[in-house]
Amino acid sequence: MSLSDDTRIQQDVRAWLEENWDPDVSLIDWRNKLADSGWGVPHWPKQWFGREMPVSMMPIIDAEFERIGAVGVAKIGIRMLAAATLLDCANDNQKSRFLRPILTGEDTWCQLFSEPGSGSDLAGATTRADRDGDNWIINGQKVWTTSAHHAEWGLLLARTDWDVPKHQGLSFFVVDMRQDGIEVQPLKQMNGYASFNQVFFTDVPVASENLVSAVGDGWKVAMTTLAHERRTSDALRRWGKVSDRPGRIYDEERAEVATVMEPYKWYPQRAGRIDLIWPRMVETGRMNDPMVRQEVAKLLMLSCTAEWTAQRARAAQAHGRPQGPEGSLGKLASSHLARAAAKVHTLIGSADALLKGSDGATNGVIAEILLSVPATSIAGGTDEIQRNIISERVLEMPKEPRMDGGAFRDVPKNPVRKR
Amino acid sequence: MEYSFSDEQQQFRGVVQRFMRDKSPMTEVRRLMATKDGFDRDLWMQSCHDLGLAGLHIPEAYGGAGFGFVEVGIVAEEMGRSLLCSPYLGSSILATSVILHAGSEEQKRDLLPDLIVGKTVACLAFAEASGHWNSDGVELTALQSGKDVLLNGKKKFVLDGCAADVIIVVARRPGTHGREGIGLYITEGMSTGLGRRSLDTIDETRKLAELSFDRVRAQVLNDSEGAVAAIGHALDDGAIALANEMVGGAQALLDSTVEYTKLRMQFGRVIGSFQAVKHKCAEILLDVELAKSAAYYAAEARAENHPDVSMLASLAKATAADAYMRTAIEAIQLHGGIGFTWDHDTHLWYKRAKSSEVLLDDPTYHRNRYMAFQEVLHELK
Repeated sequence: MSLSDDTRIQQDVRAWLEENWDPDVSLIDWRNKLADSGWGVPHWPKQWFGREMPVSMMPIIDAEFERIGAVGVAKIGIRMLAAATLLDCANDNQKSRFLRPILTGEDTWCQLFSEPGSGSDLAGATTRADRDGDNWIINGQKVWTTSAHHAEWGLLLARTDWDVPKHQGLSFFVVDMRQDGIEVQPLKQMNGYASFNQVFFTDVPVASENLVSAVGDGWKVAMTTLAHERRTSDALRRWGKVSDRPGRIYDEERAEVATVMEPYKWYPQRAGRIDLIWPRMVETGRMNDPMVRQEVAKLLMLSCTAEWTAQRARAAQAHGRPQGPEGSLGKLASSHLARAAAKVHTLIGSADALLKGSDGATNGVIAEILLSVPATSIAGGTDEIQRNIISERVLEMPKEPRMDGGAFRDVPKNPVRKR
Repeated sequence: MEYSFSDEQQQFRGVVQRFMRDKSPMTEVRRLMATKDGFDRDLWMQSCHDLGLAGLHIPEAYGGAGFGFVEVGIVAEEMGRSLLCSPYLGSSILATSVILHAGSEEQKRDLLPDLIVGKTVACLAFAEASGHWNSDGVELTALQSGKDVLLNGKKKFVLDGCAADVIIVVARRPGTHGREGIGLYITEGMSTGLGRRSLDTIDETRKLAELSFDRVRAQVLNDSEGAVAAIGHALDDGAIALANEMVGGAQALLDSTVEYTKLRMQFGRVIGSFQAVKHKCAEILLDVELAKSAAYYAAEARAENHPDVSMLASLAKATAADAYMRTAIEAIQLHGGIGFTWDHDTHLWYKRAKSSEVLLDDPTYHRNRYMAFQEVLHELK
């Protein structure tokens, strides 16, 4: 792509927006128009609502949307993981059924992967899908499912073969969440929020046409979803951004964002809120305590070096160099950072760390940090799994001998709780 | 900030790496650490000639190569990796830096060319018995005697103090306190009244000396307010170079440790397959990479004359020192018994880690200094 391509694309999108943008139409009508024009997801294939443009063009296009104040396609929440997975792995029939309502925002999605008995060991899923004529019958339990209570569709990983090694016996389905036999219960966390759900399946039929890829390909498809999840985790910070302009279409977009972002409102706290360290130190007058100064310095230095390490990974990528070890370390670094932040917030607050809510420091935000930080080293791959990945893929150290080979039926498993 | 090395810088690193591998194998490190000077004059002159080490960041006007501090960081990192025994930190960084920042044009033209080719070696005699690199604590006095001064007092922890031909001394005018009255003076290694004793260092690859001055005649390098500022620049340069040296050493330890765990068999499998071992190695890698980010960032900041370079130097020194020391402790631990033997090389890096942790002040001091700069930044906001 040359400079002239940049300019041409910028002119094209600007001209199209100036001719078509109308803040008074409904959100769905506008997004249908975006889907038809290809300007909603220009990096997608032409056949599927896109223009086959390189991802590197996206900032130019986004800037034009921003300039005129135009709303984009629905791109927040699990629906984008669903879209990415379907684009990569689904058949044309499935793509034509599911992709458009994802872009318009009519459908929300959830991800049904983790189970009470399989967390780090996702391939150990025991939710079963048994064939019954043209249907598959689902039985089992999923957990940590964001947005399950308002989702239209779910991405389900279930076991279809118990007599092969565990990774080979899984299949991937799209499930209609609004049907009998599916029970969604909120799961209250230690910080008091209930951002996730448990989902129980009792004899739930799923039509064969909703099987994604082939029987037994479930692990491969789920890996596609997780690869996109890692890539979009950076985007979470941007998701919350909404326009404050007046008008119908903006009102509708704000309502959509509020619903999708609801489960994520404590996420800044789980990262440790380094930004509050300095104001808290000033507020409590503990600035001159040598112990506090040491711990704060350690924390701020860790925060800087973690950020610079991420920048080094990005710079290597931008130079087209093979990514060094710095790319795999971010998740582990953020766990350390979150824990260190909780420790320092406790040190600064002293006895105030006993209290939460309106009795707690900073109207309860500090307490929320202390109670949310433990999630950082678990969610999205535990520290232990990260250390395995780093040592095996970066340092090329050998794997531990495994105990879960052979037919999955014979692999030791957690007892299934009866409800 | 670039956050990456240019292709030319990568090539330069390759050249330095090859030189170190050829000229400074561990047999050579062990031979030199048992000598009085702790380095080989001929090899030092060769590295100045072949790689331009001593004049790397000195402007071309004085015969240097005119490179920036990123290249200094690269050299320091590769020296740390190979444990090269050389007067680089003491002479080419600390002493050269004060000459560049505090010397007159004539003094620079007089002193720098010989330093650049390695014909002479200089040292910066700064810390005293209190063990801090801080002007406030300087007690050694400079008494005016005609156009020269007479130095009286003692210096300790002087890098390459016994080997140096040119000795730069931080001293104060009698009766002054704090930063007032601090000046920089030059004398020679063979001066009358100068006593030099090699200190028994735990890190034998880095020689320290105690210098005693009994009416030693010296010339003024700078006795104005510029002296304290020049010392500050030299300490920042030293801390940044040392931070880069440390991450090179830490990487060498990580590499040798991981390699060992892939070979060492216990309980019927290589110990590198145990998660208890793998997880430690993953944490070391994280530590080393974070420290590299700090060291590289500080070097780049110094190259670009970043306004916060002093704060970033302290950040890099503290972060790299802690990472190096933790790496060294785990490296010996993961090697097991053999790591505690004299014949195995791991302890040589462990000792270098320890000397780097304390030299130019320890991480606690640098964290405190960092916080002082942070306070200024927040007040400015």
